[in-house]
Amino acid sequence: MATAFSSIGVIQNPHCESRSVPSRKLYSAVLGSTQKFRFNPPSRSISGCSETLGKPSPIYAISEVFKEKKRKSASSSSGLLITKEEGLEVYEDMVLGRCFEDMCAQMYYRGKMFGFVHLYNGQEAVSTGFIKLLKKEDCVVSTYRDHVHALSKGIPAREVMSELFGKTTGCCRGQGGSMHMFSKEHNLIGGFAFIGEGIPVATGAAFTSKYRREALNETDCDHVTLAFFGDGTCNNGQFYECLNMAALWKLPIVFVVENNLWAIGMSHLRSTSDPEIWKKGPAFGMPGVHVDGMDVLKVREVAKEAIGRARRGEGPTLVECETYRFRGHSLADPDELRDPAEKARYAARDPIATLKKYMIDNNLANEVEFKAIDKKIDEIVEDSVEFADGSPQPSRSQLLENVFADPKGFGIGPDGRYRCEDPKFTEGTAHV
Amino acid sequence: MAATFQVLGAATGLFFSGSFDPQRLHLPSIRSVSERRTGFLVVRSDGHIVSSWNFPARRTQQFITSSIATKANEAASATTSKPGHELLLFEALREGLEEEMERDPCVCVMGEDVGHYGGSYKVTKGLAEKYGDLRVLDTPIAENSFTGMGIGAAMTGLRPVVEGMNMGFLLLAFNQISNNCGMLHYTSGGQFKIPIVIRGPGGVGRQLGAEHSQRLESYFQSIPGIQMVACSTPYNAKGLMKAAIRSENPVILFEHVLLYNLKERIPDEEYVLSLEEAEMVRPGEHVTILTYSRMRYHVMQAAKTLVNKGYDPEVIDIRSLKPFDLYTIGSSVKKTHRVLIVEECMRTGGIGASLTAAITENFHDHLDAPIMCLSSQDVPTPYAGTLENWTVVQPAQIVTAVEQLCQ
Repeated sequence: MATAFSSIGVIQNPHCESRSVPSRKLYSAVLGSTQKFRFNPPSRSISGCSETLGKPSPIYAISEVFKEKKRKSASSSSGLLITKEEGLEVYEDMVLGRCFEDMCAQMYYRGKMFGFVHLYNGQEAVSTGFIKLLKKEDCVVSTYRDHVHALSKGIPAREVMSELFGKTTGCCRGQGGSMHMFSKEHNLIGGFAFIGEGIPVATGAAFTSKYRREALNETDCDHVTLAFFGDGTCNNGQFYECLNMAALWKLPIVFVVENNLWAIGMSHLRSTSDPEIWKKGPAFGMPGVHVDGMDVLKVREVAKEAIGRARRGEGPTLVECETYRFRGHSLADPDELRDPAEKARYAARDPIATLKKYMIDNNLANEVEFKAIDKKIDEIVEDSVEFADGSPQPSRSQLLENVFADPKGFGIGPDGRYRCEDPKFTEGTAHV
Repeated sequence: MAATFQVLGAATGLFFSGSFDPQRLHLPSIRSVSERRTGFLVVRSDGHIVSSWNFPARRTQQFITSSIATKANEAASATTSKPGHELLLFEALREGLEEEMERDPCVCVMGEDVGHYGGSYKVTKGLAEKYGDLRVLDTPIAENSFTGMGIGAAMTGLRPVVEGMNMGFLLLAFNQISNNCGMLHYTSGGQFKIPIVIRGPGGVGRQLGAEHSQRLESYFQSIPGIQMVACSTPYNAKGLMKAAIRSENPVILFEHVLLYNLKERIPDEEYVLSLEEAEMVRPGEHVTILTYSRMRYHVMQAAKTLVNKGYDPEVIDIRSLKPFDLYTIGSSVKKTHRVLIVEECMRTGGIGASLTAAITENFHDHLDAPIMCLSSQDVPTPYAGTLENWTVVQPAQIVTAVEQLCQ
């Protein structure tokens, strides 16, 4: 496939500066559309420009250029962006994510799970668009908003729901919880509660892949790592440090920014000097791509290219997905700051509805098939709740297991034996 | 009260300010020392030196030639007739690291200036030429991120050794060390292990200033899921390095800036020490002195004085800072019933504080006196040499403390 990234020909017109502080409403109106972007950084002033905000200055990001090319070619040939099987697979994955999260909300309010639960409604296109292109050996690193990443990567809904309920049958034996989903089998390396914390870990996983190929001479090792994180994280030092290292060593990693414009109650525009995150990639020597994160097909196309680049050893890519979360930051967030008009605008671009419409319009599938998938997913989610409800709570002896991979780390007790060898050890508390 | 030190070299000012300078500690042969036997430098507790060649006749004294109580070594007369080979502590660390890198191709090193520069303390010298730039990785100056990278690499199958150029720089990596290194094995339900080694020099050096003289063992000790060890001699440095790399747990290996040039003869055969065990440095009867890292040498210096005064201290280098080897410590406490802890950590919340609590909890009935803990002052380490010496524990204070304890 032609490397769309090789031509980072972004057309950038000088901004027109306004002296007044734009209202929040106006910004959200601008950002509602994917076609044009207009940012008015207060510090910059360019002489000769008119003062009005009315003049749009289009900045075309890579994906738009790419999509235009594709549309032209599509009209000439009969190539669609997706086949029927792929489309249904993608649809199923997104519906699973959506239903599961809705069920989480229900269960939370019924008191089955506690703590901080962050739901992914509205952002399914990003998770599905990227993760469904991965192999099982590829790694995914996520943040606290990780339920759907876990599901897309292949962890059974039962295990995720049990983990949320805190039962031993959860993917992390109930020890991780909502914000710490891990799976060695499916190569999901977290689940991190602090933002930015997972990005170095993802860089490390990518480093292992490169190390395997070059130092251990496993020449067919081409595992790719995806790091998902949000717009708030892009102001954090760890993000930049890892962009530097990944580009420096050409690590097989894709940095996926799920820019949903809000970090709890902090608007992305209020906290970032230059809100266009994709631009920060070229500053470190890697391509930066912006894509409409509410359209799974667009995300998928960009993801194919980015993952392909990483697999071929050409280095990292920074992909900014413009997306939106329909619910609050977490189930404890009253979500009062966001403009209802903004929410409505994004709700109209619901990724599941968009895909469905595309597939029906292009005669790839019909309502019956979609209904069948919906029903199937409902059953899966119901079953996962039943399974989680029926699973046992962890016992006391589980408290001290897994603290150390080698439990000798608990040390030598007063009696001369390693504490872990004492059969009654797990009934007491950890003494070190 | 004046403290007496036997002169090992000519009046080299070796113990001038009471602080131990291992740089100059190339041990002379017995013959040359015995020639100087009649001269003593008397160092008063206020630091004033009186050269006293007419020292009043003493009672029969034990003539202790070596202030390092490990293998007796007389460097000048050392010949190939003795088994083993002699090297400096940083070379011992390098040897251990190299042997492990040879043995397991998954062992890699990451840190600032570890590759082409050979390490700022030369611990990784020559390794990059031998193993390549990927296995000995020169990182940019981003401690938090490259420590996190090491953790990610460890989770996906490698065995990285992360070097902090100075332990104090690892404060920048605290997020990764606390949240990820220590906790991820547990949080993932045991799915991912993190066999990482984080090492670097710490401790109070020679007028390095406050920020380069930090003792991070006290900050890291609460993190669940990590092990901490402190090396103090070339022998245990190599052994602990190898043990740390082979361990499946994340291990933080504390080295000391001033100890890198210690010389010792170590065995040729391969050996690995236990990470959880303490080291009996000098058996005794009257008092248990628990110490680690550089303070071991101050204690041993004080021990000579104490022996000359008729005390018999038992000195244990605890080595394992987390978890404590309560068996060795406990056996000693049961024997001597008196405990003195000498550490370089700060008073507040240091290793000594934890150790005091642990001993009191477990061996309260065996104590004849309250545990005494000598730690560094709770001040940022000053630059001025005199002030710096007063922040750390000096042998004179140790002698006083033992005398007080044994009343």
